[in-house]
Amino acid sequence: MIKNLIIIMITAVLVDNVVLSQFKGICPFLGVSKKIKNSLGMGLAVIFVMVCATLVTYPVYKFLLIPLEVDYLKTIAFILVIALFVQIVEIILKKMIPPLYKALGIYLPLITTNCAVLGVTISNIDHQYTLVQSLVNAFGTGLAFTLALLLFSGVRSKIEYADIPETFKGVPATLIAAAIVSLSFMGFSGLFA
Amino acid sequence: MSNSIKPKEKNQPSYFKEFSKGIIKENPTLVSLLGMCPTLAITNLASNAIGMGLATTFVLVCSNFVLSLLKNAIPKTVRLPCFIVIIAGFVTVVELLMKSYIPSLYSALGIFLPLITVNCIILGRAEAFASKNKVIPSILDGLGMGIGFTLALFAMGSIREIIGSGQWFGLQVLPKSVDNMMIFIMPAGGFFVLGCIIALVNKIANKKPPKEIGCSGCPHFSSCTMIENEENKSDCSKTAKEAN
Repeated sequence: MIKNLIIIMITAVLVDNVVLSQFKGICPFLGVSKKIKNSLGMGLAVIFVMVCATLVTYPVYKFLLIPLEVDYLKTIAFILVIALFVQIVEIILKKMIPPLYKALGIYLPLITTNCAVLGVTISNIDHQYTLVQSLVNAFGTGLAFTLALLLFSGVRSKIEYADIPETFKGVPATLIAAAIVSLSFMGFSGLFA
Repeated sequence: MSNSIKPKEKNQPSYFKEFSKGIIKENPTLVSLLGMCPTLAITNLASNAIGMGLATTFVLVCSNFVLSLLKNAIPKTVRLPCFIVIIAGFVTVVELLMKSYIPSLYSALGIFLPLITVNCIILGRAEAFASKNKVIPSILDGLGMGIGFTLALFAMGSIREIIGSGQWFGLQVLPKSVDNMMIFIMPAGGFFVLGCIIALVNKIANKKPPKEIGCSGCPHFSSCTMIENEENKSDCSKTAKEAN
């Protein structure tokens, strides 16, 4: 049981990294990874929303969609639940914990349409995980996202000062740097044969 | 932005312009840099790339059509959830159709089929075009953007499949004696090929490369730039303090 959870965790963080090998959440990966501080904020907000979204969507699927035999509506149901949830979290944080809202609030609206969040809730169902496994997977995926953003923001701060051909400046150079970071993560792919 | 200006005279050329702008001039993937996730993820085979492109085009045309009809009925404050639900509905239609008619493509696209819902091209076009324009221009805009997206995906898929496995649509193209560069069909190759294609587009268009990831069509553009501005502001105040 524990071993299984650890395997899910390590798979999510290293072997099958959500950004670098599954290509989910590329927009914030390229958009918000310029500074380490922003990457950390975005990463923490994503971990929080992923775990909570899993906590909400799992019961919705198991106890609402399955009994009503409308499990094919899960895409609509999940995106609605996530959008609603993010909105509620934003309101609650704003009223109750202003310092946390100040730190994370700005990233929250970006997360609604982050495909990593919808992706993790759907893939939990597709893999037929239990609730505990789903939560571990969600946490691991969030951690993987944060790790990728943090690592990449370090790489990016170096690119800023590099002398690159004119045509490659900006996004192309960023993408090629991402290719190299992704290459390094391929080293983990044989971890669980 | 030029696309928010309504065509004044309803003649053929302006309709054609709405259609054609998405294919080259404002190509959603290579120029506006939207919808990067599917662009990178399922372009390891040219056939998958086309399947994904067409599925997205279908959703884009349908959602642009419905949203342009409903533009006055949806309140401004809750427009994003409304847009997302309508888009998710069409995505489910595509999902069910593909599952029953093209099951091989359905399993190849996997999770990226439901993730069309959060593809920023669709939400971006809904926000920037369909919610401000009439029905026919919206449909043409969706069609053009969809075809532009499909072409970009097709180009990427072809490059990656030919170099990575020596095949094109499953047919052997390169001679067997040429070693395949497997890296191109792996995740790292996706980033690399996309980077090179965007650089090539910049070179051909002979313009300055986009400094930022092109979020202008994204519904969260304002909050994203807010992060940047916030940071600049704090940086400025810090330096000001230090100066004092």
